[in-house]
This record gives sequence, C-alpha cells and structure tokens, in this order.
Amino acid sequence: MPSFSATTASTETPAPNDRSVGPVLSQTAHFDTPLPLACGRTLPQYDLAYETYGILDAERSNAVLICHALNASHHVAGFYADDPDNIGWWDNMVGPGKPLDTNRFLVVGVNNLGSCFGSTGPISTNPATGKPWGSDFPIVTVEDWVDAQAQLADRLGIAQWAAVMGGSLGGMQSLDWAIRYPSRIRNALVIAAAPNLSAENIAFNEIARQSIMSDPDYHDGNFGAYGVKPRGGLRVARMIGHITYLSDEQMEAKFGRQLREGLKFSFAPEFQIESYLRYQGEKFAEYYDANTYLRVTKALDYFDPATREGGDLARALAPATCRLLVVSFTTDWRFPASRSREIVKALVRERRDVTYAEIAAPHGHDAFLLDNPQYHAVVRAWFQRMAAESGVGDDFPRPSRQ
Amino acid sequence: MMDASREKSSLTPFSVARADYATIGNWVGDGAHVLDLGCGDGALLGFLAAQRRASGYGIEIDDAGVLACVRNGINVIQSDLERGLAGFDDAAFDVVILSQTLQAMRRIEAIVGEMLRVGREAIVTFPNFGHWSHRLQILRGRMPVSSSLPYQWYDTPNIHLCTVADFDAFLAARSLRVLDRVILAKGRPVTFAPNLAGELAIYRFRK
Repeated sequence: MPSFSATTASTETPAPNDRSVGPVLSQTAHFDTPLPLACGRTLPQYDLAYETYGILDAERSNAVLICHALNASHHVAGFYADDPDNIGWWDNMVGPGKPLDTNRFLVVGVNNLGSCFGSTGPISTNPATGKPWGSDFPIVTVEDWVDAQAQLADRLGIAQWAAVMGGSLGGMQSLDWAIRYPSRIRNALVIAAAPNLSAENIAFNEIARQSIMSDPDYHDGNFGAYGVKPRGGLRVARMIGHITYLSDEQMEAKFGRQLREGLKFSFAPEFQIESYLRYQGEKFAEYYDANTYLRVTKALDYFDPATREGGDLARALAPATCRLLVVSFTTDWRFPASRSREIVKALVRERRDVTYAEIAAPHGHDAFLLDNPQYHAVVRAWFQRMAAESGVGDDFPRPSRQ
Repeated sequence: MMDASREKSSLTPFSVARADYATIGNWVGDGAHVLDLGCGDGALLGFLAAQRRASGYGIEIDDAGVLACVRNGINVIQSDLERGLAGFDDAAFDVVILSQTLQAMRRIEAIVGEMLRVGREAIVTFPNFGHWSHRLQILRGRMPVSSSLPYQWYDTPNIHLCTVADFDAFLAARSLRVLDRVILAKGRPVTFAPNLAGELAIYRFRK
C-alpha cells in the first residue's frame, strides 16, 4: 500500500494567501495486471504517476479524484521541495481552506496513460523491445484512462470516491466515471466539458495533429531514434490550442493590437499576441511529447458516450446515480455552455440529481483554471454540503480557522 | 457577452417560509416531480421535499440564488426563464411552479405556455394589484408601495402586475382550466371580495 504523503498535513493555520498543501511527492504505482484497451490491444504492464494531498479518513470515504485535461499532469496542487516554482495546475482550487479543502478530503491527482509526466506513455520503455514505445504506443481513450484510474483506486484502497472532478477533458473523465463506475462514485463534478467534440473541435485537433505530423522532425513518430523532436509542429499545435482556450474579448483586453516596437515590415513577431503565442508554443514544445499530444487529442475526438446508446445521451447517462455538478463559462467557445446544457438536459430527462451553474466569466475555456468568486464559491459549497451530509473528514484533528 | 440581467438581485426573498408554501404543499401530490421556476434559494423545493417527498429541480438566473441552492442541497439549474424551458421535455413534470415571479417576467404568455408544455399542471402565485390599499394609493395619485409590493416605481422589477380579475380573464381567454384558486391576506384565505381584500393570489391550472 503506498503511503499518503504526510507532508501535506500541516498543523499550522496557514495565512489566507498561503494556503498551499506545501511540498508534495510524486509517487508511482506499478501494475502488472494487463489492461485491455478500447483499440483492441492490451497494455501488459504500466505505471501510473500520482500525488495525494490530505488524509484518508478511517471509513475511506473522503477521497476525491482529480482528472487532468489535455496537457496537465498528476501535479494538481502544492510544489516540489526541490522545484518550488513548479506549482500544481489547480493549486487555486485544491488546498487547506480552498474550495476543495484538503483538511477534509484526501485528494488524488493522477497522470493519464499515454501522457509524458511519469505514467506509461510513448516516451516510456516498451518492455517487449527494450526501446521507447514512441509511435507504437496505442491510441488510448477516456474509457481506458478511467479503467486505469480504477486500478489505482483499488491500489489505494478506495472502493468509492467521494467525488471525481475534472475540467475540460478532465470533466469527460468524471462523466465516464459516473456512467461506467456508478457504484464507485458519489459525486461527479463536470466542469467546462462537453458530451462529445463538435466538428469544429475535431477540426482544431486535426490541424494540431497535422502541424506535428508534417514537421520534418516527426519521422513518423519515431523522432526519438533520430535524437530530435518535432518542435515546430508542437509549437503550432499549442498556438492553435491556446487561441481556442481564450475568448476574443479577453484577447482583445490583454493584447489588442499592441505592438512590441512598432511595425518593421518583417515577419518577426511584431504584435504582442504573436509574441505571446510564440512564447507559449516554445515553452510547450520544450516539455511536451509530440506522440502524447497526438494521442490525447484523439482521446478527445473519440469521447462520445452517447454512441453506445445509438446517439441517445440520456440513455447513455442513465446508469449514473451519483449527484452531478455541471459548470460552464459564458465565454467558453471551445466547449460552450450549450454543450454543458446538453449534459444537463439528458440528466434531467433521467431525473438524476444534477445542478448546473453557468458562470459569467470573460476568460473563455481557460476560466475553469482561474480564480472566479462565483465558480469557486459554488465548488466550495458543493464540497461543504458533501462533507456535512456524510460527515467525511470529521474525525480529523483540524486546525481551527475562521 | 456578460449578461446584465445577471446583475439584478433575485426577486425571491431567501429562506422565508412564505404564506403561499402551505397552499402549494397541499396541491402537490406525494412524490411529485416538480419544477420550480425562479426558485431563489430553493426553500420551496426543500419544503416540498420534506412535506411531500417531492423531487425535481429549481431554475434560477441569479448567482446568489444558485449558490444558496447548492448550499441547501437543492438541484438547481442556472438559466434565464425568459429564454423558455428548452432544456425540458414535454410533460416531464407533474407540477411546474412559478411563485411570485410572474409579475417580473417580460413574456407572460410564453412562460405560461412553456409551463403547461413541460408540466401537467401549473401553479402560479402573484401579488394582487387589486388589493384595496393599492387602489387607495392610486386614488391619492401615487404608485402603490406595500408589503406585497415593496418597491418604488423607479426600482421595481415588477413590470406585469395584475389583479385577481385580470388573471381570471387571462386564463379564461385561453380556455385554461382553473383547478384551485386561493387568495390570501395576512396569510389567511379570503373568500369575500378577494380582488379587493386579497394580497397574494395562488392558482393551480391546466390545459
């Protein structure tokens, strides 16, 4: 049984602006039981990188799983002792006294299969060949990820999650948990998600993939053998993605037509937005694996639980018996509010316990990662109500707070 | 794309067990599936769940109301009633309730039509503009302000005030069947001259 990081159990009352879970440990769980995948192949063995914050209560009833979106990882909150600037991607949401309060809940972050942050993926060694999987790594799906997460839950001794929570692609995973593991989840938080990708969404993903695959350094995915990576392709892929995460309104407010140094009649970055996108692309190309990007966008494209029921989303969601919180953001055009309302409508048709909050936020799809008082208040209230109803975390010695 | 109407405060006072609740509770069947339009903090749904084991959802546009519903464990769907009830199927509910919200809505006919599309029955409550104190204030040349209409003319959200007689005529003109009608004054039913003595009108009707 892996240990739950005790470093997060602070006994001091943190200052309001310093409510971090503190230094955290990235852990790895190894699985020898083969995992059958949707594509028909089987992963003979695999690792899952994960982090935990908080303490599992005696009834093992207070565990919350956080599912990550496209390019994130299991590093949800806190920081690494040897890398204090590497702060978890949802640190504003998860921590002591934060909307998902680690004084009450044990929070688990997990890196998905096929990713490049410690879980088995294209950059891992294929035990059959002794070489990196590279382009031979299978195309995995949201359902494969959730199946692997269920294995991790077993390993951690968590028979039932108090909640599974995720934004964007992470929200699709929590929806899949609700559908396919109804007895293992009491609450699902489905944030800035969609019941499937629209043609426009898939189109954006295809442009991102094409930009990677048409990079001369792609080498049919075996770029590792050549000691290169398709950086140009990754840069463009990230730039396209980034545009779709922001709103027109927010881009205008942040960049407008600002120039760096005036017009030079050249193709060097002249507008601030060009410079910003190049910077984001560069950063991304540095740390992200191209084979992973190709696969994660495919997982997004494939997700469509309604297809299992002949296109009937309500019937697809009928097995979900947990309480669901669906959240969307008014300026999100990547996964617009109308897509979240489809999920809500289907759940209402099945008379499921669902609450829907449509958050007025100017930040587009990215809003799910940002501070927004109403958004955070709703999530906080949701977890507080959960804690009050089931008494989770009540047996903890907790620092008193106002 | 920020919707200015989100800024307005909720029309439903929170956490007040209101005079109309008991009457509504009597009309909602045991275990009924209920949709409460403009549900505020979800107090009515909480009341109906406790009294009648009712299930269902509230609809609320206001952020504070949605948050309060989450706190209270009430299923709430954040939505603008003026955009209709497109998120709900025909005949999905036993009862659709519009409690003290009608008078603030722009498109009355549309919402009443939507209520009777998604529900078998509708319950509507509204402050009776025909109450004698309102008539007296108008006779004196001023817009009425009362406990049931606590706003000044310049800050009122109430744009479609009506009397008991007006609403009777509205339903009759559309051949809608009134199943029950209770008119309250100081929380008690009024039978004599209800359009003059009544403060709050509560109707149950169907197609």
